[in-house]
Amino acid sequence: MSIFATVTLSLFEGLWVTFKIFGLTLLMALPLGLIISFGSMSKFAIIKWPIKTLIWIIRGTPLMLQLIVFGFGPGLIGINGMNTFVAVMIAFVLNYACYFSEIFRGGIEGIPKGQYEAGAVLGMTKSQVFFKIILMQVVKRIIPPMSNEFLTLVKDTSLANTIMIYEITWNAKRFMNSEHILWPLFYSGVFYLAFCGILTLIFGYIEKKLDYYKG
Amino acid sequence: MSILKVENLKKSFGKTEVLKDVSFEMNEGEVVSIIGSSGSGKTTFLRCINFLEKADAGKITLGDEMIFDGSWQKSLSAKEIREKQLKFGFVFQQFNLFPQYNVLENVTLAPKLLAKEKPDFKQNKHEIYNEIEDNALSLLKQSGLLDKVSNYPCELSGGQQQRVAIARALALNPKIMLFDEPTSALDPELTNEVLRIIKSLADKDMTMIIVTHEMSFARQVSDRIIFMDNGVIAEQGKPEDIFTSPKTERLQSFLSNIIKM
Repeated sequence: MSIFATVTLSLFEGLWVTFKIFGLTLLMALPLGLIISFGSMSKFAIIKWPIKTLIWIIRGTPLMLQLIVFGFGPGLIGINGMNTFVAVMIAFVLNYACYFSEIFRGGIEGIPKGQYEAGAVLGMTKSQVFFKIILMQVVKRIIPPMSNEFLTLVKDTSLANTIMIYEITWNAKRFMNSEHILWPLFYSGVFYLAFCGILTLIFGYIEKKLDYYKG
Repeated sequence: MSILKVENLKKSFGKTEVLKDVSFEMNEGEVVSIIGSSGSGKTTFLRCINFLEKADAGKITLGDEMIFDGSWQKSLSAKEIREKQLKFGFVFQQFNLFPQYNVLENVTLAPKLLAKEKPDFKQNKHEIYNEIEDNALSLLKQSGLLDKVSNYPCELSGGQQQRVAIARALALNPKIMLFDEPTSALDPELTNEVLRIIKSLADKDMTMIIVTHEMSFARQVSDRIIFMDNGVIAEQGKPEDIFTSPKTERLQSFLSNIIKM
């Protein structure tokens, strides 16, 4: 097999791992982020401040540091046998949920009070007001900042290679060490570019779809 | 017959006393306009009646049911408040239509959600929904908006939006309609189309309370005018009396300021 084919195959193997981290993170961090955003807007100080503190810590420290803590921490304090991939997922989900929560909060707090009041005087319950009126408007408002986060996540998955997760970047680096060639690194960049390009197209499509109304 | 009775209503925001001791009674089919300068408590009064604000003290009776008593130990549950709010239709100054829904959906959304609570909803879903849509269409027809049913609020003028908002409130068959400065956010040339709708409701004996700055409209449509000043009802009476022979000095100066402009 030619070296090009070997590299390509290996990068596709990495892509699958990258893809898994990306998809699972979104799947779990989006709902968790919504819950955290409710916590950070809570009337009760006992809920609000611990949540705010958590967001501060997670957003105030490097994701790589968090990966190392969750990746190697459990073993060091005597908890053995924790799957490294699970550790990666915990770090990514927690990190992204905190960022998402702030985007949700901005979106929710930006909806005019009149929308809630209009729902209330029409006899809707609080949850009907949120799910039937508010949420859809929040989604429209947060599409641009969310697309930023999604793209950042694609590239952040490469940090997982620090705790021995064999994603795209790890696979590209492998050939640099073993074959002393540089081009697989650039080649791996093409994978990220394509991934982000597809996401950009999808977000553009969603934005256009939601363009039928203003406000 | 008295349909709404408010006794000694009080409301403060922080240290500011907005409603000082307001008592008021109205009959079924009566149209009452509330006038007064900004900050006199008109809007707060209206919002307290339908629970958008919780009054600090006082009593509100609707028909023969006491719906609010400041001395109640237990505050009402969300469900109880919802039931009571439904007796009123409320029209906002800023319309507050739902931007992501078209005109018809704006009018049918709440009735459809409420219909789900009916015991026979599952069996008769289609008939119930059809009935709601027919009712909405007939309300929109009365508002002259039949050609706009599938437009979105952002595609309508302010006057059209407010007419949709009125239809949306009427779709729930309220006992009393409350209007909070319904034309204040509109360009002058758009106010008439909204006022005409309100007038047509008055002609059908809808019970209404209208907070407004449109003096000539208030005079024309109302059975009674209330002048609020500084958190109290300073004067009230028939439109002719209020506008031609105001008794209190405060109302005299209020009216002369308006006429000067």
